[in-house]
Amino acid sequence: MNDSGLSPRLAKAIVNGLLIGLAVLSLAPLLWMFAVSLMQPGEASAFPPPLWSSSPSLHNYHELFSRMGMGRYLFNSFLVSTLVTVIAVLLNTLAGYAFAKLAFPGRERVFRLLLAALVIPAQVSMMPLFLMLKQLGLINSYAGAVVPGMAGIFGIFLVRQYARSIPDELLEAPRIDGAGELRIFFQIVLPALRPILVTLAIFSFLGAWNDFMWPLIVLSNENLQTLPVALASLSREHVQDNEMMMAGSVVTVVPVLLLFLVLQRYYLQGLLVGSVKG
Amino acid sequence: MALCALALLGSCSHRDDGREVVRFWAMGFEGEVVTQLIPEFERRHPGIRVEVQQLPITAAHEKLLTAFAGDALPDVCAIGNTWISEFALLDALTPLDPRLAQTPSVQARDYFSGAWDTGVIDGRAYAVPWYVETRLPFYRQDLLKQVGIARPPTTWAEWKTAMAAIKREVGPDRYAVLFPLNEPEPLLNLGIQSPDPLLREDGRYGNFRSPGFKRALSFYREVFDRRWAPLASNTQIANVWNEFGRGYFSFYVNGPWNIAEFKRRLPADLQPTWMTMPLPGEHGPGASVAGGASFVLFRSSQHQDAAWKLIAYLSEPEVQVRFHGLSGNLPPRRAAWDAPVLANDVYARAFRDQLERARPTPKVPEWERIAMEIKLVGEQLANGRLSVDEAAAELDRRADRILEKRRWMLDRQAAAQMPAAGASR
Amino acid sequence: MKPATAGWVFAAPALSVIGLFFGLPVLAALALSLTDFDIYSLAHIDNLRFVAFDNYVNLLRNPLFWSALGNTLYFVVVGVPLSIAVSLGAAMLLHSKLGLFKPFFRTAFFAPVVTTVVAVAVIWRYLFHTRYGLVNWVLSWVGIDPVDWLGDPHWAMPTIILFAVWKNFGYNMIIFLAGLQAIPEDLHEAARIDGASPGRQFRHITLPILGPVLLMVSILTLAGYFQLFAEPYVITQGGPLQSTVSVLYLMYEEGFKWWNLGNASAVAFLLFVLMTAVTSGLMWVARRKGVE
Repeated sequence: MNDSGLSPRLAKAIVNGLLIGLAVLSLAPLLWMFAVSLMQPGEASAFPPPLWSSSPSLHNYHELFSRMGMGRYLFNSFLVSTLVTVIAVLLNTLAGYAFAKLAFPGRERVFRLLLAALVIPAQVSMMPLFLMLKQLGLINSYAGAVVPGMAGIFGIFLVRQYARSIPDELLEAPRIDGAGELRIFFQIVLPALRPILVTLAIFSFLGAWNDFMWPLIVLSNENLQTLPVALASLSREHVQDNEMMMAGSVVTVVPVLLLFLVLQRYYLQGLLVGSVKG
Repeated sequence: MALCALALLGSCSHRDDGREVVRFWAMGFEGEVVTQLIPEFERRHPGIRVEVQQLPITAAHEKLLTAFAGDALPDVCAIGNTWISEFALLDALTPLDPRLAQTPSVQARDYFSGAWDTGVIDGRAYAVPWYVETRLPFYRQDLLKQVGIARPPTTWAEWKTAMAAIKREVGPDRYAVLFPLNEPEPLLNLGIQSPDPLLREDGRYGNFRSPGFKRALSFYREVFDRRWAPLASNTQIANVWNEFGRGYFSFYVNGPWNIAEFKRRLPADLQPTWMTMPLPGEHGPGASVAGGASFVLFRSSQHQDAAWKLIAYLSEPEVQVRFHGLSGNLPPRRAAWDAPVLANDVYARAFRDQLERARPTPKVPEWERIAMEIKLVGEQLANGRLSVDEAAAELDRRADRILEKRRWMLDRQAAAQMPAAGASR
Repeated sequence: MKPATAGWVFAAPALSVIGLFFGLPVLAALALSLTDFDIYSLAHIDNLRFVAFDNYVNLLRNPLFWSALGNTLYFVVVGVPLSIAVSLGAAMLLHSKLGLFKPFFRTAFFAPVVTTVVAVAVIWRYLFHTRYGLVNWVLSWVGIDPVDWLGDPHWAMPTIILFAVWKNFGYNMIIFLAGLQAIPEDLHEAARIDGASPGRQFRHITLPILGPVLLMVSILTLAGYFQLFAEPYVITQGGPLQSTVSVLYLMYEEGFKWWNLGNASAVAFLLFVLMTAVTSGLMWVARRKGVE
């Protein structure tokens, strides 16, 4: 792009113009969501659409939390996502490290099987999983929402890629000194894996927070619903209450957006590690 | 996070106050309004606390089935009349006859028979109607007068004459009637007027190729062919009340909740122009579907006695009149209709009249699905993608496919009950 | 504990979770798809029948399945290339030496990726509102009449495609950006000295080197786009005229609206077979062209 025969100044203007244009397209819907969420009920239904409220207020947020039980959904989302994150990080790290550094019989075959299973869409398993969890009495419980996310092939893969870079000597030395494998894992491996653990945690949290289809199926009880499920059902019932729905979107989106902004370095890095073929 | 946890603990602690909890689900707006009637009930029964959950109207059927599948049904629920047979067959409902026998305040004969019948499956009562709904035309008196028609049509032929006259008057950009394409009701209401049943052989097969239903299909098709109705769904119209006020269409077939909407949304100068009328039938005022919602007790409930008290309370004529005042819904009991608010309501009169003729839809669990197919096939018929004969055949084909499992189950039941009869054949 | 034993012990929890809550259900789904498991069977298990391949046969005869498949393919065939093109374009802009404030732009382009589909779909539904939407307002500046984006069967799917592209392009952009940064600068230098135009440089240097990345991105994007569900669920509810019913939407309705779990499993398996076929086909083509 940098030497197109155009004059350098023109080229620079075009590149930056396109960057700005694309950024506007990316951010405008989100900014507008925020602007509309501060408007009075009905104010946004006008032509031309107003870009900013004439008297901005937190009225819609107040309504959402006091009348629509948004606090409850927010809590559910935090609880489910946090549980998934903690468990998934632990289990995937253990397994990923084992696949990278501990030669156990059948390791390669199991790993190949896992990779092959990566192509099966999760939806295939949903119908029997529902029946299984019904037998276990986990339908309409937080556990039911958490269970399928507790370990994932992608997470194992991510940790394995990273753990392979741990030098073998680092592990051999304590083994010779007689340290147990668990101690090695917690004292040496975990600290060495810290960056990828952060990445894995972000991935798990975002995945659980944004998940829609499974919580929609397994959490029909209103009191247990997560934000996306609650928002989808609210927005079907309150098609005309645009301003309030925008406030609901803000509440749903802001936590993950903040998480991303604070930890984006780890997130983007992890995305690259995860997508490089192993 | 910690704050949220505290808030949750807080809400848990006031939850357990020693009273028996009855979980009650109701659909849509009614679920919101009914909470205003609960304090009085709780005052009369200090040992009972009612927990109301509002079901989103567009997802109510789905939610109920999901709750059934996940063993999470409430104690009592007001479900759509057309779903009662479904849940009865799933063995999810408690038969109510013993309780009805001991509750003089809830008397079957005080209810409109069409409404009561929807809750009676194989001779046993499973449901008590809460509010009734039947669809009929809201129409513009002034526009009808303008084209020289003095009284609202009562037969299809008269209705056609009126629509043709209006269409001539309003021109190509406006219409005589609105049959929203995203609802099965307009076509279904015409079809249920037919003397032929919608399903045949005890609900084993579709009967949409019957002469009666085909006449309904022809009428429906003609309305679109002659451009008396626009090819549009409710959502495309955006605001049906405004458009009705602007004369975009003069007849709008819809339910009683719209009485309140038209009163509220039409400007004052248009208020005297609109009225309701019974749905025209082939040869005189016609039947229509007995819709609405009825209370059911779920078999899984641990609080059946308390839940029944709630049903009995909400069925009292005075409570029903109050509920009508809050929501605009029409009560299913004749006693409630004697109250001045209802007896003197000119808009409710046509509903009152038509309710006596309302008919239940076929009592097969698959009906909700078949109704969806009626909507989809009706949309194709209106768009001219299917002829009347093709639409009838297509409906039968789809219904027969949906009813396949039912046929198998009925045959198996018959075989199990009468092995000898099967052998002798 | 020997390392070999430890290996199994460490891997066991994750493997059993995956085996129990994913592997087993997938196998069970195969069995389920050969039965007519439905709401009656949920009530009484003796209402269950083994129907062999009837579910599959009936699906292949059902016009709604074909139209759902058609809608899904429409979404995939238009959406995937468009999505990748925008990602690649954005990556090249960010890679260009002329761009300013790159970290800001990178974050801005990526922001839609982390947002929740349902929440932004709610925004989208409103942005594309026929009368009050921002989009029709902007179009009115250039004299375009209001378009009924979500009410017209011809426009509903394109609107959903635009949504998916907007939501997802940032993800692939990052991967492309890494790929571009791995291209040695002297290759471009040499080409420039030989007088190659930027277009030729792109075709003969950038694209071939990006080949493997492109292949991987295509496969991941294809797999994701085949699983279209939440967007139509929130934005159009499958309408108008069922023009946005996707295969997974059909599966959801069959399975969790009407509770025909046997039939829904068959839908899921057909989708799986289709996805596998398409991605393997893509790999095969790529291998013949010498990518990888």
